[in-house]
Amino acid sequence: MTTAHEPTIPPPRRLRPWNAVERRLARVGITGRMLVLVAPVLWLLVFFLVPLLVVFGISLATKQFGRPPYSALLSTEEGTVQLTLHLSNYIRLFTDNLYVAAYLSSIRIAAIATIITLIIGYPMAYAIARSSDRWRNILLMLVILPFFTSFLLRVYALTGFMRGNGVINQFLALFGIEPLVMMQTDFAVYVGIVYTYLPFMILPLYTTLVKLDVSLFEASADLGARPARTFLSVTLPLSMPGIIAGSMLVFIPAIGEFVIPSLLGGPGTLMIGRVLWDEFFTNTNWPRAAAVAMAMLVVVVVPIMLLQRAQSAVVEK
Amino acid sequence: MRRGWFLPIAAALGFSFLYAPIISLVIFSFNESKLVTVWSGFSTKWYGELFSDPQLLGAAWLSLQIAALSASIALVLGTLAAVALVRFRRFKGRTLFSGMVSAPLVMPDVITGLALLLLFVAMESTLGWPRGRGMLTIVIAHATFCTAYVCVVVQSRLSDFDRSLEEAAMDLGASPLRTFFDITLPIIAPALVSGWLLGFTLSLDDLVIASFVSGPGSSTLPMVIFSKVKLGVSPDVNALATIIIGIVALGVLAATILQLRSRPKKARA
Repeated sequence: MTTAHEPTIPPPRRLRPWNAVERRLARVGITGRMLVLVAPVLWLLVFFLVPLLVVFGISLATKQFGRPPYSALLSTEEGTVQLTLHLSNYIRLFTDNLYVAAYLSSIRIAAIATIITLIIGYPMAYAIARSSDRWRNILLMLVILPFFTSFLLRVYALTGFMRGNGVINQFLALFGIEPLVMMQTDFAVYVGIVYTYLPFMILPLYTTLVKLDVSLFEASADLGARPARTFLSVTLPLSMPGIIAGSMLVFIPAIGEFVIPSLLGGPGTLMIGRVLWDEFFTNTNWPRAAAVAMAMLVVVVVPIMLLQRAQSAVVEK
Repeated sequence: MRRGWFLPIAAALGFSFLYAPIISLVIFSFNESKLVTVWSGFSTKWYGELFSDPQLLGAAWLSLQIAALSASIALVLGTLAAVALVRFRRFKGRTLFSGMVSAPLVMPDVITGLALLLLFVAMESTLGWPRGRGMLTIVIAHATFCTAYVCVVVQSRLSDFDRSLEEAAMDLGASPLRTFFDITLPIIAPALVSGWLLGFTLSLDDLVIASFVSGPGSSTLPMVIFSKVKLGVSPDVNALATIIIGIVALGVLAATILQLRSRPKKARA
């Protein structure tokens, strides 16, 4: 395209004034790099990093009536500045069974749902990677489309599907099968997570699987390996970065999930995202909610680091 | 390497799992009965009901404005961040920067929402800005996480394009800025379009973060939907969902076609 015809260089007079602008900026010591970096760096510092520090700070305060509803960390008394830190929120996290149970059950639910998503997503990603060029684009778009469709509405669609008189039970009734109770159970939460996060699993898996060299499979088959053996000792290990990246993309947000347990789960479905929500909105205990958030952050930091390493491996290969 | 029937069947089952609930939701939006799961005849009355609900329309308008604004801010910030990450191999604080850019992608919404709210409250009491919470604070919050998504999309486009085009422009005497606007920008334009669309739909979709940082009187569409859905399945939500899904499907289709069209050209260049 661009290389096909002569580059058209307008005479210098009609040049857009970029060159002059740059020269003038360079004279006061501002380089192009700094200009590119300044806006995103400032924005992310102020609206991403600083807020996390604020959460940490407020997690060390206590609940108070008034605006804002938490105690000040710094106070001036008789001319001296005093720093008051409360560890009570964190102590409460470890001593109150509700929080410990919520953390453990969030991790368990997220882990089980991630494994189910992997089991469903892997064959799908594999099928897409092995399909013909024309089909591949169509199938990929079909994976991406739900990702663009409202998350909230997809969870809502599931409620219509799994209700007592929902589509599944009406279908079962055709065969004379008693209606199943699916809504407001942990089962519904698993279905919800798998359903909404499946595209996140398929895309990185597909990216690693599509890059695998077909000759490896042929070599393995020539050497007498059965398909199952080839899969276990060639395909599976080589797709490990995709498996890790996909699993973390499901596991991390699932831990803090709020919408799915509150729409699909029952009152007994304990998840930490919901606990944080209630602590904040129902109990208006902001410092406690902040402490819950900090503890949640600790839980997701290791998976996030795993994800970063796996993602660079997915991209580089 | 074909595993015969297993892969196609697994894929077909997987795709029906992805689409069956959405399709049934669309079908039941045309149901006459208030019972969303029992078919009693074709009707479009729920769509009519939708357009006579001022609360819903107001929330929808607010959400569209927020989505357009935050996607646009995120487009600028995300593109700049992507250029920095792809083109500047080494700079001070690169690891921190790339971490800050990509962390919002996986950060649980409840943490992001709470963190931004606490920031806004602290800023209001020390700096006096932002005054209260509402559209402005939601836009800031959405722009922050959309930046991460735009950056990922633009980054992948920037890293697989032919640097020699830029080098040629520079050799011909164009400054880096001019090269960026005349060469780089037109080439990454499809990625910018899909990045903006992605940001727009994510903003339109967000319930949790908006719930934390919104103020009285600024309920977004997902907040209104959520409070309706909490009370049970209602057919007008089905109708609303159908409209949104229809618009999104068209948008994604258009963006995909755009990207596919621009690809063969790139291969030749």
